[in-house]
Amino acid sequence: MIELKYFLLISACLFSLGVFGVLTRRNAVNVLMGVELILNSANLNLVAFSRYSSTGIDGQMFAVFVIVVAAAEVAVALAIVLTLYRVLNTVNLDRADVLKR
Amino acid sequence: MNLGNLDSLTFFVPELILLGGILLVVISDISLKGWRVRINPLLTLAALLLALFYTLQTDHGSAMTLFEGMLALDNFALYFKVFLLVAGILVLLGSLHSEELAAVHQGEFHALLLAVTLGMLLMANSAHLVMLYLSLELVSLTSYVMVGYLRSDRLSNEASMKYILFGAVSTGAMLYGFSLLYGMTGSLDLFAIRDALLAQEVVGFNQVTLLLVVVLTTAGFGFKTAAVPFHFWCPDVYTGAPTPVTAFLSVAPKAAGFAILVRFFLGGLSQPAGEQWEFISGIDWPLVLIAVSVMTMTLGNVAALTQNNLKRMLAYSSIAHAGYILMGAVLLTGAGLKAMLVYLFVYLFMNLGAFFVVTVIFNSEKTFELQDYNGMFRRSPFLAVAMSIFLLSLIGIPPFAGFMGKLYIFGAVIDQGLYWFAVVGALNAAVAAFYYMRIMKHMILENDDRPPTPLRISTLNRALLVLLLVPNVLLIVFWAPIDRWTANSITLFGGL
Repeated sequence: MIELKYFLLISACLFSLGVFGVLTRRNAVNVLMGVELILNSANLNLVAFSRYSSTGIDGQMFAVFVIVVAAAEVAVALAIVLTLYRVLNTVNLDRADVLKR
Repeated sequence: MNLGNLDSLTFFVPELILLGGILLVVISDISLKGWRVRINPLLTLAALLLALFYTLQTDHGSAMTLFEGMLALDNFALYFKVFLLVAGILVLLGSLHSEELAAVHQGEFHALLLAVTLGMLLMANSAHLVMLYLSLELVSLTSYVMVGYLRSDRLSNEASMKYILFGAVSTGAMLYGFSLLYGMTGSLDLFAIRDALLAQEVVGFNQVTLLLVVVLTTAGFGFKTAAVPFHFWCPDVYTGAPTPVTAFLSVAPKAAGFAILVRFFLGGLSQPAGEQWEFISGIDWPLVLIAVSVMTMTLGNVAALTQNNLKRMLAYSSIAHAGYILMGAVLLTGAGLKAMLVYLFVYLFMNLGAFFVVTVIFNSEKTFELQDYNGMFRRSPFLAVAMSIFLLSLIGIPPFAGFMGKLYIFGAVIDQGLYWFAVVGALNAAVAAFYYMRIMKHMILENDDRPPTPLRISTLNRALLVLLLVPNVLLIVFWAPIDRWTANSITLFGGL
């Protein structure tokens, strides 16, 4: 069986990649992809901990909830990206700068 | 006592009423074509009032948890339920005669307001990490939509975009922190987490992990309460959102954020010891939060000094107030917690009042710029005096209610011997006085050459302003019940 630490290592990498993506990308959709990576790194942690401990399936249940909420969040986020695109004709976040004064 | 699912329902009536209200508003919005404009606000108001009534009817005295340990039911919960419902009612009344929202169809707005209130009630009482995450997301998702409610408005859209990106990242970070905490303790229940942390020695590598958990979860709570360094979204979102929504965001989700912060840190990461709490050794998280508090109020106040847009200035001011409120939470004493509740209570009326004046002025002037407030005293003495009272209350000048908030907070801090912390707070209050006075100066002393035209205020708005003025002026006279109520409300359910 694969040891627990490899799962944690991968999830830490996913988390870092997600944060990196959020900080460096200028396209709103790409930033949302980074957010997905962050959420899934937490999911991986939860499932791995739950699988390798003897405390029941709390963690796996939590992961299912996170997946559902993440889907809802993306639905709202993409709707907002769409309305922003209608107003600005771009999804580049650098162009959304009217408020920065 | 842990109540099962069916037994819990009797204590869950306010939430069920809000849930029914959401469905009714949605149905009436799609079926009653002509009447919906009048029916929807009435339905929403009825649901909120009924929920408030049943909240006061429900017995919160015997501390227990509902739904197999998902929600805590204690006096602390009662305080926040009443607070959040009152905030919802005031914001609903304030949104009725707002020109910004009048331009768009409001059916969804009322459903969203009920949904976000429901989410906050759950959030303020969650005793389980799953419940905490779900309710926090319910509040976040609905408030993203409320911020972007003016679909054709560029500012509103940008604000909503920024809000959802910051929100998604910080709740994601919080979730990663939760997953690490689950790995350390093997449980998602706050009280089981505390017991597991007490049972094991938190040393060495575990200490680093716990520090990481504290930092990551603070990101989530800091986002909701707009505490530095998780405040970046706040000025932009408050400026771009419709003003009634801004007023709502600056009070209600912030209070719910503080409630959950207290539940997490005092319930999950410290153990009750008589009238106070002791943090579980291993990581000195109060010190982390004290640093956050000092940074929050200083940055908020200093940044507010140079703002010329009223909404943006009040946004920074609300960041600063989050710093003061946090002062009470990090002391780990009953007095500190009580001071926090007192401060939140008076903050509700003074901050909503200030934002409401901004809404009323925007209705006829279509501006948020400070120089356009010149000569407001000659145009509408009532409005200028009302705004002055709200601002003096925000500064913390006695006889107004805001003074009591500051008095309790600084008193609790000095009781703990943290004199430097109190001095930082007092210096900040002095800095804050400058920009609040600046608004008053523009409204009262500076006049432009144009002849003063009287400002039109609708009767409903006038009545609501009076309703918000009364607590600010009179609370200090009838203080004893507030004191008793908040002293009662600090009983936190601490597990079995």
